[in-house]
Amino acid sequence: MSSQTIQVRFFASLREQLGHGEVEISTDSVETIADVWQRSTDGKQMPVNTLMAINMEYVEASHPVQPGDEVAFFPPVTGG
Amino acid sequence: MLVELRPEPFEPYHELASYQESIAAGQYGATAVFVGSMREFNEGDQVQKMWLEYYPGMTEKYLESIASEAMSKWDLLDVLIIHRTGEVSPSDSIVLVAVWSGHRAAAFEASRYLMEELKSRAPFWKKEQLDHKSRWVEHNTPAK
Repeated sequence: MSSQTIQVRFFASLREQLGHGEVEISTDSVETIADVWQRSTDGKQMPVNTLMAINMEYVEASHPVQPGDEVAFFPPVTGG
Repeated sequence: MLVELRPEPFEPYHELASYQESIAAGQYGATAVFVGSMREFNEGDQVQKMWLEYYPGMTEKYLESIASEAMSKWDLLDVLIIHRTGEVSPSDSIVLVAVWSGHRAAAFEASRYLMEELKSRAPFWKKEQLDHKSRWVEHNTPAK
């Protein structure tokens, strides 16, 4: 992984809707998780209830991101 | 404490008996066990199969953290969590949670806590295969 990029992952119904499970984006003018969503989905509307994680920890959309981070978006969890 | 994901069917009572051999006999007075299995129906439809997706790395991390939380919140001897992944058939076991403690209150409370935390935080997603279509399960049923 390049140091100036962020790895973005999508799971379950979000992965299917977007048509891909993983994408790498440049960190140029990307400061928060919300910016990562905008950049990695070409500005699509984020479904309500979307959960977000950075480096495998839950965070809010306003959380800052850094080069090298792994960011994930997914729908409400349904395990157990 | 043991947390495992299983891509193949597992027999929960065999797992339970086998794991319990590692815990000192005579030390625990209570064992609480929860087994979740796949139903062949959901929301009025027959379900043929189910696909259990997870987030490799994060799922294990969250299961381990809720198990550690339970160990620190209650006076427990041990915790076992096994969760299925991949293609699941009706009647297959999906999850096994077992808790060993000195007395029943801690075992009951911790096992309930583990299941509720697992259901609300651990990154798993279910996709159901019905007769003529498939659909993602959108949310878990409430605890009460």
